[in-house]
Amino acid sequence: MNDFLNQIQLVGDWLTSSAQWQGDEGIPQRLLEHLTYSGLSLLFAALIGLTFGLLVGHTGRGAFAVASVANLARAIPTFGLVVLVVTLAGLSTTPVLIALVALAVPPILINTFEGVRGVDPATRDAARGVGMTEWEILIRVEVPMALPLILLGLRVAAIQVVATATVAAYPGLGGLGRFIVDGLSRNDYELVIGGSTVVVVLALVVQAVFTALRRVVVSPGLRAAATKS
Amino acid sequence: MNDDEPLVRWQWIADHAAELADYTGVHLRLGLLPVVFGLVISVPLGILCHRLRWLYPPVLTVANILYSIPSLALFMIFVRYTGLTEQTVMIPLTLYTLSVLVPNVVDGLASVPEPVRLAATAMGFGTVRRVVQVELPIAVPVVIAGVRVAAVSSISLVAVGQLIGQGGLGYYITRGLQLDFPTPIVTAMVLIMLLALTTDALLVLAQRLLTPWSRSKVTAA
Repeated sequence: MNDFLNQIQLVGDWLTSSAQWQGDEGIPQRLLEHLTYSGLSLLFAALIGLTFGLLVGHTGRGAFAVASVANLARAIPTFGLVVLVVTLAGLSTTPVLIALVALAVPPILINTFEGVRGVDPATRDAARGVGMTEWEILIRVEVPMALPLILLGLRVAAIQVVATATVAAYPGLGGLGRFIVDGLSRNDYELVIGGSTVVVVLALVVQAVFTALRRVVVSPGLRAAATKS
Repeated sequence: MNDDEPLVRWQWIADHAAELADYTGVHLRLGLLPVVFGLVISVPLGILCHRLRWLYPPVLTVANILYSIPSLALFMIFVRYTGLTEQTVMIPLTLYTLSVLVPNVVDGLASVPEPVRLAATAMGFGTVRRVVQVELPIAVPVVIAGVRVAAVSSISLVAVGQLIGQGGLGYYITRGLQLDFPTPIVTAMVLIMLLALTTDALLVLAQRLLTPWSRSKVTAA
């Protein structure tokens, strides 16, 4: 217990020391790098995952392919993928973004697909009955009803990307993982644990943002159904 | 990387077969023991959450928060207490499995039809016997769906433990980067994915054997 308090003290000292908050190796700079990698990857992944998820979910074509991608994707070791991409293509932002996008697409794709496919066929038929076009059914009926699952997919993807961008520091990329990797190689535990704390806080903030987003955009009638993860 | 270096040098794999087998064994242990521990914790916790409804929301929140903590950071936090040992990898992985397993145990128990429960009670089953002999077996498909997700992600996360020197096949991922040599990285990734997918297939098989009555209708989450 005492040790735990010491650890908190250590982290507190590290976080509040002004040296951590300035320059190219300070927390703001690393945070900015981390958010840039994560944000860009998530954006591309969302474009790909949402497009295909909505298409496959609405038409029902390619469902088997989506399920296979899902299963296989979970088994890919993230750490290996990032390192492999760097070894093959050299160290720069683009190859690392590709690895992160590859990670983030599956959860978005699968949840979007499951969400749209899960819409009650009677609801869909009713929408057809009142004269909606296929496009209107997708945008005004299926998407709103699938929204809890779609957001869950985006949240899982965002958390995975934020976590993996940490690992990407190992082959020499910036971002918050630098503190951990540099701290480990210099045997500087304070740096390791300080960096880890920042990463944990960022992950929790991402989680909270998505929880808040769900409150705002999901129709009240659907909220109860959206609690499962 | 040198441009004429092939993606995989088969000779390297042949030369390192015995060593690869050793690391594969370590990897399996590091990946699957947490799932076993996770199950040992989740089943009683899930039963408790199912019976005491007020307990479930806080447990679920804690599980979700744990899940959102990046593995590398969680490993590092444990280094101070358990050092650069296998426990430092297995404890966080166990915590991750809880975030999938507890909800699935609770959902599985909730999927037991009320008439079944009543029938068991009417036949004179006590609470413990009813939970163990009737409710848990009916919950098995949903629980195994969770175990599949937990096992596959646990196996693929083990590699990150290499950053504290305990990553099983992850060893070859860092090795490949140090040597600027893709063969060990590709080999390790393929082996990790094979381990994950084989485990997944075995779990599907286990579910079919455990629940012969529900073969046609259950699909995994």
